[in-house]
Amino acid sequence: MWLYTFKRLLQGVVTVWFIATATFIAMHNVPGDPLLNDRAMTPEIRANVEAKYGLDQPLATQYFIYLRNLAQGDFGISFTQENRQVNDIIREHFPVSAILGVLAVVFAAAGGVLWGALTAIYRNRLPDYIIMFFVILGISVPSFVVAALSQVSLVNLNSLVGTTVLPVAGWGTIFHMLVPAMVLGLGTMAYLTRLMRSSMLEIISSDFIRTAKSKGVPPARIFTKHQLRNAILPVVTVLGPAIAAITTGGFVVEIVFAVPGLGRFFVEAVQQLDYTVIMGTTVFYGAFLVFMVIVVDVLYGFIDPRMSMK
Amino acid sequence: MTKPVLIANDKGFAQSAVKQLGFYAVCTIMGLAVLMYLLSLAAGNTGGGSGISGINVEDNSITITLGQEPPQLDSSRATDAASASVLGHAMEGLITYDQNNQLSPGVAERWEIREDGATFWIRDDAFWNDSRPVTAHDFVFAWERVVDPITASEYAFILYPIKNAEKINQGELPKETLGVHALSDQILEVEFEQPTPYFDKLVAFNTYYPIREDFFESTNGRYGADADMLLYNGPYMVTEWVHGSSMLWEKNPYYWNEEKGFLDKIIASYITTDVNTKINLFKDGQIADTSLVAPMLPQAMEQRWQIDRVMDGTVFFLEFNHREERITSNLNFRKALSLAQDPNELVYKVLKEAAYLPAQSLFPVWVQGVSEQFRKEYPPREHKIDVLKAREYLELARQELGLDEFPPIVFLTGDTPISLLASEYYQQLYLENLGLEIRIDAQIFKQRLAKMTSGEFDVVMAGWAPDYFDALTFGDLFASWNLNNRGRYNNEEMDRMIRIAQSELDPLIRMDAMGAIQSIIEEDVILIPMYERGVSFVVDPRLKGLIRRIVGPDVDYNYAYIDVSED
Amino acid sequence: MQSLSSVDFAPISNSQEVHGISRPSLSYWQDAWIRLKANKRALMSLYIVIFLLLFTIVGPWIWRVSPAAQDLDQVSQPPGSSRVALIVDDYTPWFGEGNSPETGLRTFGDPTTQVVRLQWNALPGAAGHRIYRNLFPLGPERAYGIPIGEFFDNNTLFFEDRLDLKPQNYYYSVVALGQFGELLDSYELIEVDVKRVTTIAEALEQELISHTNNFQIGDAIDMAWHPLGTDYLGRDMLARLMAGARVSLFIGIGAPFLFVLFGVTYGSIAGFLGGKIDQVMMRFADFVVALPFLLFMILFKIAFGVGPGESGVLPMLVALVILMWPATARLVRGQILLIREQGYISASQLLGAKTPYLILRHMIPNTLGVVLVTLTFAIPSAIFTEAFLSFIGMGVVPPTPSWGSMSNEGIKTMLTTPHELIFPAVIISITVLAFNLLGDGLRDALDARMRNQE
Repeated sequence: MWLYTFKRLLQGVVTVWFIATATFIAMHNVPGDPLLNDRAMTPEIRANVEAKYGLDQPLATQYFIYLRNLAQGDFGISFTQENRQVNDIIREHFPVSAILGVLAVVFAAAGGVLWGALTAIYRNRLPDYIIMFFVILGISVPSFVVAALSQVSLVNLNSLVGTTVLPVAGWGTIFHMLVPAMVLGLGTMAYLTRLMRSSMLEIISSDFIRTAKSKGVPPARIFTKHQLRNAILPVVTVLGPAIAAITTGGFVVEIVFAVPGLGRFFVEAVQQLDYTVIMGTTVFYGAFLVFMVIVVDVLYGFIDPRMSMK
Repeated sequence: MTKPVLIANDKGFAQSAVKQLGFYAVCTIMGLAVLMYLLSLAAGNTGGGSGISGINVEDNSITITLGQEPPQLDSSRATDAASASVLGHAMEGLITYDQNNQLSPGVAERWEIREDGATFWIRDDAFWNDSRPVTAHDFVFAWERVVDPITASEYAFILYPIKNAEKINQGELPKETLGVHALSDQILEVEFEQPTPYFDKLVAFNTYYPIREDFFESTNGRYGADADMLLYNGPYMVTEWVHGSSMLWEKNPYYWNEEKGFLDKIIASYITTDVNTKINLFKDGQIADTSLVAPMLPQAMEQRWQIDRVMDGTVFFLEFNHREERITSNLNFRKALSLAQDPNELVYKVLKEAAYLPAQSLFPVWVQGVSEQFRKEYPPREHKIDVLKAREYLELARQELGLDEFPPIVFLTGDTPISLLASEYYQQLYLENLGLEIRIDAQIFKQRLAKMTSGEFDVVMAGWAPDYFDALTFGDLFASWNLNNRGRYNNEEMDRMIRIAQSELDPLIRMDAMGAIQSIIEEDVILIPMYERGVSFVVDPRLKGLIRRIVGPDVDYNYAYIDVSED
Repeated sequence: MQSLSSVDFAPISNSQEVHGISRPSLSYWQDAWIRLKANKRALMSLYIVIFLLLFTIVGPWIWRVSPAAQDLDQVSQPPGSSRVALIVDDYTPWFGEGNSPETGLRTFGDPTTQVVRLQWNALPGAAGHRIYRNLFPLGPERAYGIPIGEFFDNNTLFFEDRLDLKPQNYYYSVVALGQFGELLDSYELIEVDVKRVTTIAEALEQELISHTNNFQIGDAIDMAWHPLGTDYLGRDMLARLMAGARVSLFIGIGAPFLFVLFGVTYGSIAGFLGGKIDQVMMRFADFVVALPFLLFMILFKIAFGVGPGESGVLPMLVALVILMWPATARLVRGQILLIREQGYISASQLLGAKTPYLILRHMIPNTLGVVLVTLTFAIPSAIFTEAFLSFIGMGVVPPTPSWGSMSNEGIKTMLTTPHELIFPAVIISITVLAFNLLGDGLRDALDARMRNQE
């Protein structure tokens, strides 16, 4: 087991190197100039700025400097936010995205398991249809529409009640987190519900459940010990990538709800062609993704008895 | 083989399963609550000053939004609107603007502008927020820093009227030779490179703000990067700066002017560019004011808000590429394009912004002439759309250029919603009226500038915001030496007029020159005026004294105060 | 004891009808097809998909309106609004001439969608005036509406309003200004009913009339019909949806097709060759999977750059293909590995089959089921991605329409003209849903056979 973990970690490092290289190549093919601003720059001023950011070196040299800095954990200085290290930006804003992401995943997972189990129990009866209807909405309505609609509904709710039930945007307390996290987790919750449902149905008709019943095990125990536990497994496998996907895909929610997360910074950095922030954020997210997948795989190994026999 | 008994169909099973699920659901919810509490603690640590109310009467504070995060607050290098807004509250220059947009004494209590230079007398009750006085030396240091080529200040050009400034900036002279001296702590003496009668208007601009040398040295290169890396001499101080999230401005007890700075705190929270979010925040009462865009106006009326509007001073126009190899360097071609369009249709039917004015000239409506509005004294030529005539000019151009057909014309534009809207409109318009194929090249700001500088466009949708309150800020745009003249328009007569306007002391002759500049722009169709930008906005009725400015910090809260008495 | 004779031992006649074949032998595909048809939901989604394809391909031939034509007199019209307009003269500027004997705030001439002309007399105590326009009558809050004109002297007592005039009622107010431009108390208010008009020139341009001789000032004509309404530039929504369909479906179906094709090739080679080569190939695929999807979509988009006049469709297509092929490759490889161990493969080999024959005749057809399902699920994912990226402005470049960018525009006016959002959002949802259900149905139909259940 430990050998496996170590091997995976090693692979992870190589993967991160690959991501860093891909990012470097992509960024340096971008047309345009990061240094220009509204008022024209004289050639002297320009040369100074170029020297400061090391843009006057040949490409290969820049690549090695870049890799060396990365290995030391230094992502460089932002082009647009001068005097701010990219590390600082990531350090201050990633936790926000992470918190939002974790909450969203917890909502999605808890909700997905719950609704999925319910639909399996009440298969083809009314609760099933109702839940599946919402699931269908959750899968097919684009997330940005949901975000905009929910913000407007919040405003109307607040004005209806008279005081602020939930803040409409911003960050800082638990109340700021609720709606953005729910909006963010909605798509994944719908997906997990379906997954849970089909997984439960598969198990219900499988052999070992029949065996348990014929043995006389009380239905409640069958449900908990066998069905639920086994049905959750596919959900867990998906969780790792789901966490990463939610954390990196949250920028629409961050923009609409004015959450100071890393995703929103990434979009702004792209709009301003801030090379260092773009590269640093991408490599960071990539590393995070890789790490999450490894963690889930290792955890899965502990949960699934079949795996540990490999 | 018998069908396997589907356990799910067993009613008793369903009930007990649901009970189990219910039990788990309750556990999960409790777990969630704990989790959320923990997360909330964590979130509190990540900052994000959440001023929940736009107007806080007990605290005498308001909450506002900042559209963008200022990259840094070093006044000698700031170029963007967000920095200008913060600096306009946290610092003060020699001269400042009062509630009626007139120049009024700032750090300087009086001044004198002569042909060869200017003198400023600095008041003795102007202090930095560490209780030390603001002196003439602070200005000398700051201005020398601006023109020093090592600083790489993109706004250094605004100091060029000062003697030797340009040469220093080009690296030809040491910065100590700058024509500004502190005759004493209270007297600042400036020498001009050439007569500059509008120097008092220049000096109000944030590049001219003071910086104290000893403090600057103590920051070790991080001056302006954080709230504690700055000294403040304005009505407010920046006491907290949570990057990417919020800023806190507090009343500066050392500030001299009792007629400014009435609020105790201004919480600049919610850094967001999304207009919907801002409006929702305002509806919710979480911010004190917001600007509106056309799609929001019906809602604003429904909410019975008091809507106001103001010009923001910027003029937008279609600028042509005058480089020889371009089709747009042909005068008849430009005339054709100009006659085939009508800015009124653009503003009234397409953009639909209530605060925009269709532009008639490069000089906007509010610019002053000798004694009245510039455009009253020097009326621009009337423009009327004439598609048939436009087609004639187009045909002439085609013959002059020796083309069988016109190739596609590249329209460079920005990526903001308004620029995209306008470019879509023009594309269809020129296709229908002139049969021209327009290719839209939408670029983000920096890339658009890069293309403008390298000349990779035929027409570009550009705008110019005034730096100071004088017609020259628009008039010198097309000087052949001006780096901002990205179409590379080159005309000796224009250059001559600009030089007159720059250095002539007699206001009548100056303004005549400006009038001549306007005429040259019209006759040579250097550009096609589109619109003068304005903004519709709403303010919480309890907040009074808020000022919007064309030049200077916009929105200006320096004179704002809370008044809860109902009318 | 009964006596047995040789007759008792005579053989029974051969009956041909021993085992009746109760149903014809079905191939894998025929079986799956029957299953699919039995699944009501999947069948409906199949019909929807076919309808969408027809809508996209055949639609523009039937509804021949250009998606780019701007009908600027009918901007942001919801479906079903009235289209009648009166013909008037072309617009000429008015400078306040023609004072009528009335006093107070009044209109000059008929208020039309072309222009509303107002005149007033100086209000008591005013140093200037401001004109407001409102959609609602004045209430106790004294919210006058949107300011549309300011005059800082008492010489200008007229105003022309041409801003976005719709055929409805407006409430105009003139409010007195003090010497510093501040609002004073005195005001006047009138209600104005604006009529829709158009000029002969515009009617000709919009092809509403073919000959000027038949029409004169004062005639009523119908403006162009837009069954689904118009967008913010007066463009026909139905035509835009069709044009957008082409883009969204081109990316949504084209990209999955390409990356599945590539993934199948890659995966079958890896799976079949096995060993070291397989390891290396899969390792590379793992790397590509590790790239954060959305971030790299955006990176690729700005790296490829979009030149003037290009639509941004190709970069997005390429980016999608580059990022999504590994999942298919893995899937196919897994399948191939499974199939390799099957009995009929060894049997074939024993009978002398060569490798290409094995791949083409046995392996690939048997993976097609899985591939088809992947393809069907990849399509809504691609459509969503395109819509999402276009929403944040990182997708196709205007003026190219796509359902995503139309939704983006629609959200801005969600509360006032919801039809601009509803139509593209709904069609995205329906498409995504249809492909999802179809994928479900296909998977059930194909999987069941493979699993050897009843």
